[in-house]
Amino acid sequence: MHEPATAGAATTDNDVVFRVEDLAKTYHVGEVTIDALNGIDLELRAGELAVLLGASGSGKSTLLNILGGLDVPTRGRVLYRGRELTARDEAALTAYRRDHVGFVFQFYNLIPSLTARENVAIVTEIARDPMTPADALALVGLSARLDHFPAQLSGGEQQRVAIARAIAKNPAVLLCDEPTGALDSKTGIIVLEALDRVNRELGTTTAVITHNAVIARMAHRTIHISDGRIAGVDDNATRLRPDELSW
Amino acid sequence: MVGGTALTRKLLRDFWTLRGQVLAIAAVVASGVAMWVIAFSTIASLEATQDAFYRNYRFADVFAHVTRAPDRIAARAAHIDGVRTVEARVSGQARLAVPGFGEPVTARLLSLPNRGEARLNRLFLRSGRRPAPGATGEIVISEPFAEAHALHPGSRIAATVHGRQRTLRIVGIGLSPEFVYQIQPGALFPDYRRYAIAWMRRPALEAAYDMEGAFNDLALELAPDARPEQVIPALDRLLAPYGGTGAYGRAEQVSHKYLSQELKGLRASAYVVPLLFLGVAAFLLNIVTTRVVHQQREQIAVLKAFGYTNATVGLHYVQLVALMVLGGAVPGLLLGAWGGHGMASMYSEFFRFPFLAYELQPATVLAGVAVALLAALAGTLRAVHRAVRLPPAEAMRPEPPASYRATLVERLGLQRWLDQPTRMILRHLERRPANALLSILGIALAGGILTVGNFQEDAIDYMIDVQFGLASQEDLTVTFTEDTGREAVFELAALPGVRAVEPFRSVAVELVHGPRRYRTAIQGLPPDARMHRTLDRALDEIPLPHAGLLVSQWIGQQLGLHTGDTVTVELLDGSGDVRHVQVAGMVEDFIGASAYMRTSALNRLLREGPVISGAYLAVAPGQLPEVFAALERRPRVAAVSRRTAAIESFMETMGRTMLVFAFVNTLLAGSIALGVVYNAARLAYSERARELGSLRILGFTRGETAYILLGELALLTLAAIPVSFVIGRGFCRLVSVGLASELYRIPVVVETSTYGFAALVILAAALLSAALVARRLYRMDLVEILKIRE
Repeated sequence: MHEPATAGAATTDNDVVFRVEDLAKTYHVGEVTIDALNGIDLELRAGELAVLLGASGSGKSTLLNILGGLDVPTRGRVLYRGRELTARDEAALTAYRRDHVGFVFQFYNLIPSLTARENVAIVTEIARDPMTPADALALVGLSARLDHFPAQLSGGEQQRVAIARAIAKNPAVLLCDEPTGALDSKTGIIVLEALDRVNRELGTTTAVITHNAVIARMAHRTIHISDGRIAGVDDNATRLRPDELSW
Repeated sequence: MVGGTALTRKLLRDFWTLRGQVLAIAAVVASGVAMWVIAFSTIASLEATQDAFYRNYRFADVFAHVTRAPDRIAARAAHIDGVRTVEARVSGQARLAVPGFGEPVTARLLSLPNRGEARLNRLFLRSGRRPAPGATGEIVISEPFAEAHALHPGSRIAATVHGRQRTLRIVGIGLSPEFVYQIQPGALFPDYRRYAIAWMRRPALEAAYDMEGAFNDLALELAPDARPEQVIPALDRLLAPYGGTGAYGRAEQVSHKYLSQELKGLRASAYVVPLLFLGVAAFLLNIVTTRVVHQQREQIAVLKAFGYTNATVGLHYVQLVALMVLGGAVPGLLLGAWGGHGMASMYSEFFRFPFLAYELQPATVLAGVAVALLAALAGTLRAVHRAVRLPPAEAMRPEPPASYRATLVERLGLQRWLDQPTRMILRHLERRPANALLSILGIALAGGILTVGNFQEDAIDYMIDVQFGLASQEDLTVTFTEDTGREAVFELAALPGVRAVEPFRSVAVELVHGPRRYRTAIQGLPPDARMHRTLDRALDEIPLPHAGLLVSQWIGQQLGLHTGDTVTVELLDGSGDVRHVQVAGMVEDFIGASAYMRTSALNRLLREGPVISGAYLAVAPGQLPEVFAALERRPRVAAVSRRTAAIESFMETMGRTMLVFAFVNTLLAGSIALGVVYNAARLAYSERARELGSLRILGFTRGETAYILLGELALLTLAAIPVSFVIGRGFCRLVSVGLASELYRIPVVVETSTYGFAALVILAAALLSAALVARRLYRMDLVEILKIRE
């Protein structure tokens, strides 16, 4: 897992979860054209925790949205386990998200009318081979808060419910968009510990996007994104534990 | 600072963004304003027309009938304190035969002075002229009758006047303030083909009715400060020796009574219906404004941070509300003016004025708009107040997640059967029960209004079924010129085509119980009457008791009578005699209000022999023309009426009007249903777009997210339907009580199909709203959703 890897480097197909080829995305906002992604080549491998690091507006969220089947590229293609994602229609993308992807968002996006347990259950009820909501919540350290509504939970707790919701269906990939962006550093680290534990114990391929360079030090690989391109990829020879991070 | 340009632009753009809901609310406001304008402009127009007609054509204040009184008595009546003008007339009943119309026609004949115009109850001549002085065969005929038979000056008509055949020549077509509502006494609806008013010069009528130098009908105009109650006792004393049946004021005059009851009904509903609509509009505006203020928290904070005053911010939202109201008020005014016009012309079919000037007064328009604005502001006060009070710093912070808790269903331990989406629906509803209840109430209100729309048809059908299918089953009613012996029954029974004859006695009386008095007729019927029956509330026959009186429920209520009470009967035959009789029961009748006795008991009460006033006839199928012809030759037959004729003519004129009413009603109520459901749907969507978007990202299909959104709507709609039945029935009861009069009482009968129709319209409105909102859900941009902060 710790060998150096660059985009396009040769690996066996079984190891590759995502293969991204010459990906570009252009937005038209009024009369302005924005090139959010401009020729990305990338591979994400089974079981790795990758951090996509970039400034605001670098295109990292657009990349994550395309990987997650929320958005479609203007050019290029994405292969998920060797099958082309970018050729699928809306219904197929919904099924893909349902069966393979776990999402964690900056603003948690919990359902206020459902308890922690139920927020997880709403996903496990439609999943093929889920763990129980209680197990998922135990994994993020929330066994004591099962029947609390979002309004009764702190921001960090809400984000951990979101992580439990994302991993409860045993997804192949976990996509996290600024998971600590709305949290203070102490709470943020608790959330990162949860992500790290999921990655280690379940082996879930995890992509975390952030503009916080400190977080990159817990990843297997750091992929630097700037102006819609990959600016570089770092392999972390030594990974730090989340509790060793501070910002 | 007020309405600064940038703020004004924001106002207009917010308005445009809200256009879907604005449209739904505008439809409800428009309905309310339209109903307001229709009601008040119709009332104003009718009252102005009535007032002008009464004044210009000198409608009398007091009316009296006598058997025969010499002219000098009229002169003495003029000297009664408070009397200003006296008009003595000769009046009688005649039968007419209109060429080509095979059925008998009853005419009321009234005298005009030999020269010039009458002092009171003057004629308005639509065409032609008055009869020439001294002319014996010339008449002016009432306009609706002339229209119904295409008669015109110069037409000739055969008549039986006081038993003598004559030919009358129409010289004029006219109207009188005395007959604005031209209905034959005892009839349910006006029947312009079978009832006419005809005016002749007095000498001609004096000769026909042996009334030379005498009169039998008196009309009085009072001094401006005199009241009928002050004059009537003296007048009654004066007329008593001449067979006076008791004088009465305008309030008891048939045409005036109908007209004023109609106006009373209009006035009663004038406020209720528009305010219902505007109340719903206020509720919808409250929902929309609350949501807008909530969504614009940060904008409000920024405005305030940059120095806009609380008042300016408040005014900004008030202007938004005003804009939404005016968006509905303007089309409402146009619709109201159009509808008012239609209403007025419909009224001119039933109330015959020489002219009906429809006028839409500026005051009506202003009041309509003002009431709509006031209702809207009252509804949105709280939301606007929140915008005004919002501290800028607090508004900048995102709001915490909304608080929810487990619902009652779950606390009862039933959550095992509920999946998460269903729990979301229930908790969302339970979180704001007031909103949910008001939505249910709003939808139910629409259903209630729909129910009332069709109820009137149901009720009229039922009234006709009961009255003409059960209570009176005769084919013809024959009335004699004067009471006669029972041998007339055998004479009628012998006519070819007559299958059965049932005699009746009818006596005009005033019933007195304590301080209350009621003028009516006692109908004497044979104990074994089959054609004319007395029914109780359950439509079971009440047998006529050996002695004692059955009274109509209505009379019982008016006089405070109960079974077993003794009522005083004052005879109106001019004798001044008084009797006492016990009330043996109450009769449920919908049309008219009478009292009933066995003929034998009635004759005993009157201390008379076995006399009858007329008879009900059953006629063999297809034999009516022969029977009509035979009756035509009998001079002592004063009038012949066919049971179903009036209903047929009513249905002809009213059928289309009722259809139009039902259509307009459906449209208005539909606008409420759509407004309420669509707004509830739109609110639910905007409140939950983010969480529904999140679910879509987590892999929920469009159908699964639509279930969460539309399931809530479906629950509200389904809960509202039974409530709408209850409200509808309540409205029907109100209408029934409000319109009840001695002329008719509308029973509260609502057919299943009427409920079904209301439910269908509600469901259609819900489906349409669901489709509109589902379209948004379908087009949802998932990437955008992620960018929204809680």
